[in-house]
Amino acid sequence: MSGQAPVFKTPKDLPREDWFTEGHRLCAGCGAGIIVRLAMKVIRGPTVVVNPTGCVEVSTTCYPYTAWKVPYVHVAFENGAAVASGIVEAINILHKKRGKKLHDVIVFAGDGGTFDIGLQALSGALERGHNLLYICYDNEAYMNTGIQRSGATPFGAATTTSPAGRVIPGKQQRKKDLIGIAAAHKIPYAATASISHPIDFVNKVRKALETEGPKVIHALSPCVPGWGYRPSETVRIARLAVETRYFPVYEVDHGRVKINIRVDKPKPLEEFLKTQRRFAHLLKPENAHVLEELKRNIEENWERLVKLEESGVTL
Amino acid sequence: MAQAQRIAILGDEAIALAVKQANVDVIAAYPITPQTIIVERLSEYVANGELDAAFIQAESEHSALSICVGAGLAGARVYTSTCSQGLALMHEIVYATSSMRVPMVMTIVNRALNAPLNIHCEHGDVMAERDSGWVHLFAANVQEAYDLTFIAFKLAEHKDVMLPVSVNMDAFILSHSIEPLTPISDEDAARFLPPKDYELAIDFDNPITHGTMALPDTYMEFKMQLKEAVEGVKEIFPEVVEEYARISGRKYWYFDSYMADDADAVVIVMGSTYGTVKTAAKKLREEGLKVGVIGLTMFRPFPEEQLVEVLKNVKAVVVMDRAYGYGGLGGPLYTDVIGLLYRNGIRIPAKNIVYGLGGRDFKLDEAEAVLRMAAQGAREGGFDTHVQWWGVRA
Repeated sequence: MSGQAPVFKTPKDLPREDWFTEGHRLCAGCGAGIIVRLAMKVIRGPTVVVNPTGCVEVSTTCYPYTAWKVPYVHVAFENGAAVASGIVEAINILHKKRGKKLHDVIVFAGDGGTFDIGLQALSGALERGHNLLYICYDNEAYMNTGIQRSGATPFGAATTTSPAGRVIPGKQQRKKDLIGIAAAHKIPYAATASISHPIDFVNKVRKALETEGPKVIHALSPCVPGWGYRPSETVRIARLAVETRYFPVYEVDHGRVKINIRVDKPKPLEEFLKTQRRFAHLLKPENAHVLEELKRNIEENWERLVKLEESGVTL
Repeated sequence: MAQAQRIAILGDEAIALAVKQANVDVIAAYPITPQTIIVERLSEYVANGELDAAFIQAESEHSALSICVGAGLAGARVYTSTCSQGLALMHEIVYATSSMRVPMVMTIVNRALNAPLNIHCEHGDVMAERDSGWVHLFAANVQEAYDLTFIAFKLAEHKDVMLPVSVNMDAFILSHSIEPLTPISDEDAARFLPPKDYELAIDFDNPITHGTMALPDTYMEFKMQLKEAVEGVKEIFPEVVEEYARISGRKYWYFDSYMADDADAVVIVMGSTYGTVKTAAKKLREEGLKVGVIGLTMFRPFPEEQLVEVLKNVKAVVVMDRAYGYGGLGGPLYTDVIGLLYRNGIRIPAKNIVYGLGGRDFKLDEAEAVLRMAAQGAREGGFDTHVQWWGVRA
């Protein structure tokens, strides 16, 4: 938000109108549903949604029903950014040649469709510089297929393909740095967001839409069945993710890092972990070393962001 | 019809010229030999302002076709070209394109599939997309590849079709050959292909949810509509080729045939080999051998009724496939033809010649030999084998 006043100051500033409507089949308490609804509340005019295969797609477009009051396109799993590229350029050229109405293009993709199978298409679209907003709802595993590990699953977390076994205690690899990957393409705007801080999120969506070129927003999406908690806990858990520095909320505006939610006195990571089944094994004495490594990862990442912000180095 | 001028042009460049004259809006492609010259010329047309289009070089063929789907849904006239490995990489989206009813045109510069690595002509690439719900057309020479590009756009965007169409041309044999071409005028091209009018186009004021999930209670109805649309192309094709004939003077049909009407034996073939077999047939006719040739232009939908009209009068047929169906009954065209013969009660011997894989040359004397074999089959009422791989070393 550097130099600009945020458009939305309180929830009362949000438009009442919903473009993503009730009646969809997402789980009670689904973080992705909140992300999509909030983002769609603040579209700035004619908008097209592209949604690669995943929870949101299967839950909102089961023929003959749709939860979308805007034009919506799903084609496949790995090509959200490519399909969106085609829509953006087609609308631009048809606007020029035949006066077709301009539309904003927003992609909603899960972490599997973004960090893993869709990463090449995303990289291609970011490199080519299409004017689109790519929002990743990151529930940190392949939830739609039954909670398999992805490149977004954090170190130590248990999934159905990185189970907390007697020998291997959960996922043994770190989470990919999506915003680092996005920023490496020298795009004008990349940011993380959490539904626990909805005003920060919607202002980022609007700011991204007002910025020409490719934009990426990485939003943490707590998942009731995948993370293992009660549906009423979604927003509280999202807030704990921020307050423990597990999920830093920051933006990269033309390469400059700014931490949007300062967490000077982080809560103990255990406060976040103990709310979820996927981390239950990390709190057992025999896995103390795994917990320590996860904590180290999280602190390293936070310190890196602080240094980047303070130094003003352009990513 | 404007004054026609005959030029000499490379096959790939003739395609690029047709695509430019079709005034496409979006081109998305990924480079692959021997398609590259098409997209190089198109990018030059765009860079020089001769074509007002978005040229997008994607980071893969999978994304190239995905871009085409997005652009097509947005209402743009879209084009891509690929072959072989590139088409195989597109495979997943090939099916989505037809089932989502996205009209578009793709030139497939038919090339062999790896392994072993080979960049030369074979039809195995498109055969892997045979059942995808695309319309597949085959060109026998550069002029046909050029003309069929216009016909493909017209068919694809027809309100009762709304399907993707592939125009197949033989790698190198056509793509890298300089052949004579009589182009249509830009004015005729513009009249034949007015701006695309797509009723499903993305529009905020008329929001459509594209690419829904359909469960077992509705999926088959979607696919039935696809079946009917593809088969319906056979009904619409005559009016499209008739309109094209009016501006070009060249009349296309489901297939071209040479001396097939009174033939005892017929050879059926697709692609550039049609010209070779036709030339050989002309010579054998002079010897008094009653042979004919069918060069199939429309492979999908398969023009069963039209082929029956010819095949019901012959005594034997040889089907030439530049592809193979491993572990099956033979090449894909052959299995279509024997199915056609059986279910139309035509009891004649049929033999499959599998030839030219990986670009192996098929020469005039070999075409003569195949025609003589067909004539012998007609004389003797049968063939020695069902399938023969032509010219393969023991």
